[in-house]
Amino acid sequence: MNGTAIHHYLAEYHRREASNNTPWLQEQGLAALEKFRNNGLPTTRQENWKYTDIGALARTGFITADARHNTIEHHRLDAVRIKGLDCYELIFINGQFSPTHTRLEGLPAGVMVESLGRSLPNPSATVREHLNRYADNDNYAFTALNTAFLTDGTLLVIPANAVIEKPVNLLYISNRQDQTLVSHPRNLVILGANSRATLIESYIGLDKAEYFTNTVTEILAGEGASLEHYKIQQESERSFHIGSTHVTQQKDSRYVSHSISLGGALVRNDITATLGGNGSETILNGLYMAGDRQHVDNHTLVNHLQPNTRSEEYYRGVLDGHARGVFNGKIIVHKNAQKTDARQSNANLLLSDNAEVDTKPELEIYANDVKCSHGATVGQLDENMLFYLRSRAIDEETARSLLTYAFADDVIRRITLQPVRDRLEYSVIGRLPDASLIREFV
Amino acid sequence: MLQIKNLHATVDGKEILKGIDLAVNTGEVHAIMGPNGSGKSTLANVLAGRDGYEITQGTILYNGQDLSKMAPEIRAREGIFLAFQYPVEIPGVNNIYLLKAALNAVRKHRGEPELDAVEFLALVRDRMKVVAMKDDLMSRSVNEGFSGGEKKRNEIFQMAVLEPALAILDETDSGLDIDALKIVAGGINQLRNRERAIVLVTHYQRLLGYIVPDFVHVLADGKIIKSGDRNLALQLEEKGYDWVKQETVAA
Ligand SMILES: Nc1ncnc2c1ncn2[C@@H]1O[C@H](COP(=O)(O)OP(=O)(O)OP(=O)(O)O)[C@@H](O)[C@H]1O
Ligand SMILES: [Mg+2]
Repeated sequence: MNGTAIHHYLAEYHRREASNNTPWLQEQGLAALEKFRNNGLPTTRQENWKYTDIGALARTGFITADARHNTIEHHRLDAVRIKGLDCYELIFINGQFSPTHTRLEGLPAGVMVESLGRSLPNPSATVREHLNRYADNDNYAFTALNTAFLTDGTLLVIPANAVIEKPVNLLYISNRQDQTLVSHPRNLVILGANSRATLIESYIGLDKAEYFTNTVTEILAGEGASLEHYKIQQESERSFHIGSTHVTQQKDSRYVSHSISLGGALVRNDITATLGGNGSETILNGLYMAGDRQHVDNHTLVNHLQPNTRSEEYYRGVLDGHARGVFNGKIIVHKNAQKTDARQSNANLLLSDNAEVDTKPELEIYANDVKCSHGATVGQLDENMLFYLRSRAIDEETARSLLTYAFADDVIRRITLQPVRDRLEYSVIGRLPDASLIREFV
Repeated sequence: MLQIKNLHATVDGKEILKGIDLAVNTGEVHAIMGPNGSGKSTLANVLAGRDGYEITQGTILYNGQDLSKMAPEIRAREGIFLAFQYPVEIPGVNNIYLLKAALNAVRKHRGEPELDAVEFLALVRDRMKVVAMKDDLMSRSVNEGFSGGEKKRNEIFQMAVLEPALAILDETDSGLDIDALKIVAGGINQLRNRERAIVLVTHYQRLLGYIVPDFVHVLADGKIIKSGDRNLALQLEEKGYDWVKQETVAA
């Protein structure tokens, strides 16, 4: 199986080689391709992929999306955009930048928000210095694949001391095309010292399209910088989504992630955060909801490299039907990282007898003066709560929906950006029976 | 209104109620007293329709209908209200929204128009006075972080809004301080009327000093072993449950 997949992606690489207009990147691309050729796609024999079988993905001969696949009816964007959100916006269709839909008016001086693809032929010193520096091509096969196929995505550079109040919204939309496509969006986010920004990455599938999104985001948070990062995954129910976020943090920086995973047939989200500076802080909030035969896997790795670093992780999962969830939260406290404060919790709600979840905290602690805690739970809806609601005249189904919503909302209500929060609450409720009734409650 | 005949019920396969007979008419207040573990809350839960409480023998008729076939939410809409001995906390479900949904479900069932937000709030403001409900409790999640006494007060506040035909109050007095007891008992008295029946489960004569019952029953080991008027409660206070038990054995 792996041989076929390797062969397929190598062929795809060479098919596209002629159109490559970024010679300076070619060496890195080839190196990544070589890693991919050697390592292949992950299998369930690897510890990190034990519960996630990507066989179906590996067997599909996805065609690499290109400029021809950049079509969408204009009116469809309205449904996808986040209502009431005043933001800068870049739109990609099947991974292809769509300049006509860009909204960047009033961008503060010095702040760069642009298509990475457009900046590649004449890269700035910043791009040359940072691109592909924080991504881990050695340990993440899909990241290596992304690097090999790197052609477009978003470049976000915030200079030192700059604050951009409006969020930057990246909409990655996939729709039905005449071929089964793969796109490899690549985002590079560089925050200068003491800068502050909010970034939203949305992945949205339309028309029940079948495709594969293989996305990578690299983030550098400079000294004292602060990033609020949302990843909203609402891919189509027939799609594959593999995404990894690689974050490197310097002294006193703060990185807050809200990863909300609602769509996709097979989904894997990786976040690696490296607390590489004294006093830096990482907050990872996550929610995954899956039903039918969806499979959703969240792996996080928090690396405490330096003293006085803090991490707090809070993930919740709701699994219904025959869905399968995986959560793996690894925390490594390195020898030097004294006074680390690391907390992690993962709670799962199983709504059906056929739903399943595997949750595993992994702590590796090499320092002696640290505070670490973790907890994982798997449970059903609370019978006492259900009875209480029913004794107050609420239908059983409505009561179940209401309690499910309350469980999920515990993550969503940590979102400070009101339009995003509204949109997600709407989406979450939309998945539940008796949606219109539940809406009255919130 | 409520007719319980030879009721036997099991919880998780264990027989707890062992032949209860009780008739409650509109307008009446019945007090049920009895030692810990005798089955008082079990009876209350059976009446409210909790899953896992199985009727193995006997019948419960409510306004002539067989209650055992009714889902808990239908019982609630038909006017049965249980004030819980241990009200559960429900994080993320707002107190006031739950109450609005509950009231409108009841009204819809009765064929009455649903209340809009403005009408509902006016009603809530009015009913809060019944038990001197604190404002800030209203906007919180159901019972979340409420003190023991606040939870009990919230139950009676819900009763005041929902206006049930049959209210079963399971140890609403326990956990209330002396002043709160007076307020809550006063509230229950305000809600007492000729159309409404109230079943009070309590351990203490003190509550019955405020809310004078028409009947007092002693439940022991899953059976009602003695019934009487308010004086029975006074006698129990004085002599304890052993006195009744011995008396029934003697008889
Ligand atoms: N799930 C259960 N499985 C087995 N036994 C149970 C279960 N629930 C209740 N019981 C038992 O049923 C008996 C009656 O309990 P119940 O709560 O009805 O008592 P009570 O009269 O309300 O007592 P109290 O005055 O302490 O509130 C007790 O012995 C209790 O342990
Ligand atoms: Mg009890």
